[in-house]
Amino acid sequence: MSAIRIEALQKAYGAVKALDGLDLAVETGSVFGFLGPNGAGKTTTLRILTGLAQANGGRAWVADTEVTARGGGAGGQLAKNFGYLPEEPAFYNWMTPGECLDYVGRLFGLPASARRARTAQLLDLVGLTEVARRRIGGFSRGMRQRLGLAQALVNQPPVLFLDEPASALDPAGRKEVLDLIERLRGQCTVFMSTHILADVERVCDGVGIIARGRLITQGPRDDLLARYAVPAFELEAEAGSEGALASWAEAQRRQPWVTAASVSGRTARLTVSDVAAAQRALLPAVVAAGLVLTRYEMVQPSLEDIFLRLVGEAGQ
Amino acid sequence: MLFWVALRKELLEQWRTYRALVVGAVLLALGLLSPLAAKLTPALIRLVPNGDQLAGLIPPPTALDAVTQYLKNMSQFGVILALLLTMGAVTQEKERGTAAMMLSKPLPRWAFLAAKFAALGLVFGASLALAGAGAYYYIWLLFGPLDLAAWAALNGLLLVFTLVYVALTLLCSVLTRSQAAAGGMAFGGLVLLTILGAIPQVGQYLPGELVTWAGRLLAGGASAWPALAVSLGLIAAALATAWWRFEGQEL
Repeated sequence: MSAIRIEALQKAYGAVKALDGLDLAVETGSVFGFLGPNGAGKTTTLRILTGLAQANGGRAWVADTEVTARGGGAGGQLAKNFGYLPEEPAFYNWMTPGECLDYVGRLFGLPASARRARTAQLLDLVGLTEVARRRIGGFSRGMRQRLGLAQALVNQPPVLFLDEPASALDPAGRKEVLDLIERLRGQCTVFMSTHILADVERVCDGVGIIARGRLITQGPRDDLLARYAVPAFELEAEAGSEGALASWAEAQRRQPWVTAASVSGRTARLTVSDVAAAQRALLPAVVAAGLVLTRYEMVQPSLEDIFLRLVGEAGQ
Repeated sequence: MLFWVALRKELLEQWRTYRALVVGAVLLALGLLSPLAAKLTPALIRLVPNGDQLAGLIPPPTALDAVTQYLKNMSQFGVILALLLTMGAVTQEKERGTAAMMLSKPLPRWAFLAAKFAALGLVFGASLALAGAGAYYYIWLLFGPLDLAAWAALNGLLLVFTLVYVALTLLCSVLTRSQAAAGGMAFGGLVLLTILGAIPQVGQYLPGELVTWAGRLLAGGASAWPALAVSLGLIAAALATAWWRFEGQEL
């Protein structure tokens, strides 16, 4: 069963097509990573799903209720079906976090006793109990992000939309937010837009990749990794040989069995189509180039490889 | 139901950000100063060189002078405060992102806007009541009692006059994306209404006539019901347009 369903969704800003017939389905209960480069249409999709923007065409459903119907989405009763954390959560700075959660609870029609209990529970969940009486105006970016997550959970939504929830945080803040998302697994469907692949690899069990307003691929994370499991070799050269390594990799790119070559610092990565040919030719080529290796291994592709490949293909 | 939730938040915001306090303090101070200024003007003029001759030309101050001074102060500063307090009401929330956060909850947009207008109306209403009470007391002390019902009606007309500019500025705040643009647009509307108000055949139907009528309530004179109807119509039209435009806006 799909918690979120999108059919041929279109959105244009003037001549720019932000969404160009997006199709997507997200299974109930999954933590879904909505991946795409900047400007791919991730935030636009979220804004339409939460009713903050109107689609020019197509339809979308959240928890079996159409949000693209007139009057759906924001401000309506349909908003009870989801929680939403925008990329930069904004609050009334004069409020305390407790007051903020209480206000959101009132908007969802929770009675006073339920609001008190839920506020305490959520402040505890996001680690803000100690600062419950401080004004939000003095909060750090990480604290705001955690409060943003708490306010999105007040109504115990069946679907939770998170727009780049950890992108602007420092490593410690990112870990805290990702841990929180991890803890939500099984409690609700999490739809998380991001361009940070490591976050998706860490917490998401389903992945959709979007580029230029269209879905390129979608599926369980492990299936995607298996589907695009093209073999690759990684070679790490000794310090000071970066230039020689780059030249060598460039030369290897012309081999018929090499499909892609990239160099990052002292590490070269070659994606190949014929493993046997690569195994026979690579090391002799290294010796001939006079490179001294500190590491040589055959590796499985990461989500980043798949993402870069698919987005690159979509761009062409 | 959600209107009351939003109104509670708006009133709390007016209080916590000291806006209600500032409006109350400014209008109360002006309310208290108006009768004093009317009473003491001849004495102040006597203090300047050749002031005695000038003061002799001025008739002794009366309660009506105090009322005129009160009306002038309240209408001018009321409009300035209305513009300053309202111009950021919606634009600020759009700029900061709080509108998107809260309107992705079950809060209807009409309730969001109506609560802002109602909260500002209550703040100005309470502040005018406070200022009116203070001014009435001082006028009583310095000049003698006024007709209480007429005084209440006078302040009621002042409130309607102020609310016209609250509603128009709220509309500007919905139509624009920055506080400065909203303030500029609202100020343009104020200038336009003032210019139109100076044309006798047109001015008698515009909000400015409410202040003139308020002055006539104690001095005696004709009423200006059409101006009141037009003012209430302007408030309703501004709020309806703001709602219509806000419903279609993307946040």
